[in-house]
Amino acid sequence: MSVFMSEEPLLQVHNVTRYYGDRIGCSNVSFDLFPGEVLAIVGESGSGKTTLLNCLSTRLAPTAGAIEYRMRDGSMRNLYQLTEAERRLLMRTDWGFVHQNAADGLRMNVSAGANVGERLMAVGDRHYGNIRATADDWLGRVEIDSDRIDDDPRSFSGGMRQRLQIARNLVTRPRLVFMDEPTGGLDVSVQARLLDLLRRLVADLGLSVVIVTHDLAVARLLSHRIMVMRQGNVIESGLTDQVLDDPREPYTQLLVSSILQV
Amino acid sequence: MNDTAEIYDQGEYNFAYLDEQTKRMIRRAILKGIAIPGYQVPFASREMPMPYGWGTGGVQVTASILGKDDCLKMIDQGSDDTTNAVSLRGFFEKTAGIRTTYETSEATVIQTRHRIPEKNLTENQVLVFQVPIPEPLRFLEPRETETRKMHALEDYGLMHVKLYEDIAKNGHIATTYAYPVKVNDRYVMDPSPTPKFDNPKIDQMEALQLYGAGREKRIYAIPPYTKVKSLDFEDYPFEVQKFDKPCGLCGAENVYLDEVILDDKGGRMFVCSDSDYCEERRAEGHAGPMAADPAAIQIGGATVEETI
Repeated sequence: MSVFMSEEPLLQVHNVTRYYGDRIGCSNVSFDLFPGEVLAIVGESGSGKTTLLNCLSTRLAPTAGAIEYRMRDGSMRNLYQLTEAERRLLMRTDWGFVHQNAADGLRMNVSAGANVGERLMAVGDRHYGNIRATADDWLGRVEIDSDRIDDDPRSFSGGMRQRLQIARNLVTRPRLVFMDEPTGGLDVSVQARLLDLLRRLVADLGLSVVIVTHDLAVARLLSHRIMVMRQGNVIESGLTDQVLDDPREPYTQLLVSSILQV
Repeated sequence: MNDTAEIYDQGEYNFAYLDEQTKRMIRRAILKGIAIPGYQVPFASREMPMPYGWGTGGVQVTASILGKDDCLKMIDQGSDDTTNAVSLRGFFEKTAGIRTTYETSEATVIQTRHRIPEKNLTENQVLVFQVPIPEPLRFLEPRETETRKMHALEDYGLMHVKLYEDIAKNGHIATTYAYPVKVNDRYVMDPSPTPKFDNPKIDQMEALQLYGAGREKRIYAIPPYTKVKSLDFEDYPFEVQKFDKPCGLCGAENVYLDEVILDDKGGRMFVCSDSDYCEERRAEGHAGPMAADPAAIQIGGATVEETI
């Protein structure tokens, strides 16, 4: 796959550390993320995956370290030195965040169409017809029927909610999407369909993605590179196939070998 | 010793009920509100001798701006003689001893509950609104910390989400009162629950508008000649309510009408919500389709005067 078109990284992470009091959330994490690249962060519960993701997405300030992002004008900016207004604009235009629990990422009391249209309206779109047409188009892309556009997400199944959340995030054509266990809590067939959809969208839109998952199969299917975390530290990283087929660290070997083979 | 202190010594109310320090505090909030049109200024709202919801915010604002020469008009849903208006007018008559009036043009301060008079206001007048919930974003975002931030960052996309929902569910913007406006191209503001019919009057109004929310402890203001735009979509522009009949009593058109049920057989009439405007028109000789015979009105009027 020739998705690594640019040599300039989109996101640069330098020694990001987060403490919760005396306890370590994640420690000394550094990596570069390039445009069009999908990075999976794997590890068991409590290994610091979500802490790291929250630090990256400016939802949780790191105790130490720096995170730089290449803005649309090409300049590299430290995320935690942006003004609140800049950061919010970034989060609703250039970025997406897909929560594990779709209800966290959706407005449950407004219709699906309004959920998808919210970002458009937030950046100044004021034409109802256009907003609705765009929302309809995006619902189609995530395989939600047009006639559900005026229904509340409350009436949607888990899988549909997750797809709606993805549409809502992608409508402004972001360049970077964070995903926290996007397939968690879904049954296996729905998971497979969602993964197919995600893979297609990521490839079509050339998205950069940081995906947190404890499911190695998800990492295998979606990601180009993988980072294995344990007790707040990155213990192994590399190309996904390489790490999963030939794990070096004992812990990674344990992780890989603990997948049930049906 | 000035008059105020003298009255105080006799165990009377201070002029207009509130003590002078409280008035200063409220005036500061009002001045700040005028300086930043549409911005909700927090203030230390006092307990008033009336329940929340009766206009404690408006009363405090009025009390702080009243002078001895002012002439006060009180409006409750357009009318001068319904409970709220009568009680609050009585309150200020008792505590400030100032002149009160029903006539819009005679008043210098008009406190209103949810209507703006039909007659154009002038630079010499101040319109005080009673506000139950000052935060236009409240029902979309329950956290006060978040709504403040949204105001600070002009993050108003959510407001349009609400209007979008209206159109998606009803085919048109179904919000008919407390219709959100953008003041001076900056702050989104709730013009208190006035019918959206009155929204165009807020724009470039000659009179100063003050909004007081007692329970929520907020004051905001729109200075004279300020641009106020009702939010809408390009393809669903803002529209006011239209009435297909004129006022039943005075025949006025393009005014806001109240529906009055006449009997239990479906009889009804529509009359001006602004009672002073309606009476003035009738006095000028205008008559609507349901008005009584002019002679009967005169007899009726005479009887009332005799009783008094």
